[in-house]
Amino acid sequence: MKKTKKKLNGAQIFFECLKRENVEVIFGYPGGSTLKIYEELYDVDFLTHILPRHEQGATHMAEGYAKATGKVGVVLVTSGPGATNTVTGIANAYLDSSPIVVFTGQVPTHLIGNDAFQEADIVGITRPITKHNFQVRDIHDLAMTIRKAFYLARTGRPGPVLVDLPKDMIHSEIEFEFPEKIELRGYKPTYTGHHNQIKKAASIIQKAKRPVLYVGGGVIMSNGSDELRTLAKEYNLPVTMTLQGLGAFPADDKLSLGMLGMHGTYYANQAVMNSDVLISLGARFDDRVTGKVDTFATDAYKIHVDIDPASIDKNVLVDLPIVGDVRIILTELLNELKEKRDTKDWLDQINKWKQTYPLQYEKGDGILRTACVIERISEKTKGHAVVISDVGQHQMWCAQYYKFKNPRSHITSGGLGTMGFSLPAAIGASFGVKDRPIVSICGDGGFQMNIQELITAVAHKIPLKIFIINNSYLGMVRQWQELFHQGKYSFTDLDSDNPNFVKLAQALGIPAYSTDNPDEVDDLLDSAFAINDKPVLIEFKVEKEENVFPMVPSGASISDMIINKPKSKALKVA
Amino acid sequence: MKHTFSLLVENTFGAFDRVATLFSAKGFNLHSISIGETEIRDISRMTIVISGEAKVVEQAEKQLNRLVDTVKVVDLTKSQRVERELALISVNYKRRSLEEIKNICDVFRGKVVDINNKTITLEVTGPPAKMEAIVNVLSPFGIIEMARSGTVALKRGEQQKAPQKEYLHSN
Ligand SMILES: Cc1ncc(C[n+]2csc(CCOP(=O)(O)OP(=O)(O)O)c2C)c(N)n1
Ligand SMILES: [Mg+2]
Repeated sequence: MKKTKKKLNGAQIFFECLKRENVEVIFGYPGGSTLKIYEELYDVDFLTHILPRHEQGATHMAEGYAKATGKVGVVLVTSGPGATNTVTGIANAYLDSSPIVVFTGQVPTHLIGNDAFQEADIVGITRPITKHNFQVRDIHDLAMTIRKAFYLARTGRPGPVLVDLPKDMIHSEIEFEFPEKIELRGYKPTYTGHHNQIKKAASIIQKAKRPVLYVGGGVIMSNGSDELRTLAKEYNLPVTMTLQGLGAFPADDKLSLGMLGMHGTYYANQAVMNSDVLISLGARFDDRVTGKVDTFATDAYKIHVDIDPASIDKNVLVDLPIVGDVRIILTELLNELKEKRDTKDWLDQINKWKQTYPLQYEKGDGILRTACVIERISEKTKGHAVVISDVGQHQMWCAQYYKFKNPRSHITSGGLGTMGFSLPAAIGASFGVKDRPIVSICGDGGFQMNIQELITAVAHKIPLKIFIINNSYLGMVRQWQELFHQGKYSFTDLDSDNPNFVKLAQALGIPAYSTDNPDEVDDLLDSAFAINDKPVLIEFKVEKEENVFPMVPSGASISDMIINKPKSKALKVA
Repeated sequence: MKHTFSLLVENTFGAFDRVATLFSAKGFNLHSISIGETEIRDISRMTIVISGEAKVVEQAEKQLNRLVDTVKVVDLTKSQRVERELALISVNYKRRSLEEIKNICDVFRGKVVDINNKTITLEVTGPPAKMEAIVNVLSPFGIIEMARSGTVALKRGEQQKAPQKEYLHSN
């Protein structure tokens, strides 16, 4: 590329860099230390700027956009409170390995450390929750730093990167030159897996009698779903997915076992625990998946494919680690695999488990249940929507009953479990995905945590479907109180305090409906999906004290599942 | 078991803090940490001594490697190495004990670097075991104050060099 040399100020350099990174949307909130950037933004036409109503919303929007598209989500906030408001969103992106870049304004360099107005040490605060962070101290480093930030966010194991911009760095001028090359001596992610290890994996898979593919978000992030599908189908390997892996493999395929772990299916957990070869692809043996670690799949030969060497042997010791990009490794693995395997006996066994305890819920008694609502949404959208769930019981039902068909279709806060994630993340996703419905599924509690973003959805006429699962409780906590804390519903009953969600939405110009009748669900969904020029909200008033089953109590082995509601109310905590 | 790690880190603002934060965030057991310049202008060397089960130490090594600012991480425990520490130790003395303290200092090849009418300050360098030994021997006299540098270490024989600059081409 031809070298361009012109004099630009920091704000202009900022936008030049965003342009080179092909940024099409940023989620930002202005303030004193970023005024100059906003002055410049006034005349910028290559990107859309979205104003959330709280900076936490901005970070979740960026993450929703990133998860839906695979591109880097960009946030721009002011110093001090603007910066600290992004912390939860950054931590969330860190634990779910989402590529976002957060730009924070900062007081001018000569005032740093003075407790100046709206000064916060955001670099110090976010050090343990970012993949990396920077403070620009010299305007000559500005372009390179932005370049590095995007590069770090999207390569290797993706993650959030923060760039702190002191006010004087935005104002001063230099001759601009875009750095084409990046120099990062200490950062060299491994993409291609070790050839001999892959060969070995192939020969072990070929001999396996009871193989299981255990699939995490890494498959989706590496765009490896097609390769996974080929692998599973050609070699008859059953597939179970983590919360973040849902969508990597079609839920309605006969080889799919659905989700594993704490609220996974009985048959997925049985298959994993009885497997002789467990092939982990882009998953990290999280404690919500493994349950009691020393009992987890003890007989299985464990193959672990992960881009992050630090994930290997962290929670569970594995037999064959392969570090690299999941898609690249799967491609090579497919080349190494020769004969097709007959796993019929094993699949028969799994089918028996499927029949013993299928996923099911009570029907036909006129009571509206979350599982029913999710199942209807799944059928209406034929499994093709982008579904963004919040955190709690409804999130687990969503994972169990929505039949995800495609990758990048299930977006949820997994690692951090941040209530209030869904609404802003769904708004963010809507700026990246135009050809599929975007569905936000919230609990009545979590919906209130970033409720202000309804206004953002209205402002941008986003055709978002907002479905509130109102059980009048902080349901997931109430479930634990019922099962493990003597039924003491301490501060989880929202009933009398919940707002009238329909009136609230209507006050903002959002068409809204409410029902507690299973027979009305289909018609309401039809009318919601018919609206395409603005958000729409439906409140589903569901059975209040319903519990999510099956369930592995915390600390128990995943083969010890509670399948149904136990007779006695309080269980002992394992 | 104790492990000594030698790290080459980018000499950037925050690199040290990032390593320190990692130890508190992950709950690793840190004994000493020292940092100083190297023969290369923009690279510093950190020597870190930690203890823990093999699994924990392995995880610590991976986490250190994962930091963007760390150019190289070596677990020196696996190889022949030179380890040194410097200590300044102020000890109470009486006229009766002065000779004895000086003798101890000589045996450990230390130096007297300061003395007044109550306390004597010794400078001692040596491998970690020697430092433990002199601290033990001096304790009965009453150690008033002590400052220790933490371990610095290098591999014996062939020295680790900072890698040549390589350029990553972005995609
Ligand atoms: C920010 C935040 N605070 C607290 C929690 C703890 N928590 C987990 S689930 C849950 C209840 C969520 O209630 P609701 O949004 O109504 O969803 P439900 O479980 O009823 O479906 C709570 C309080 C959390 N995950 N995140
Ligand atoms: Mg609720």
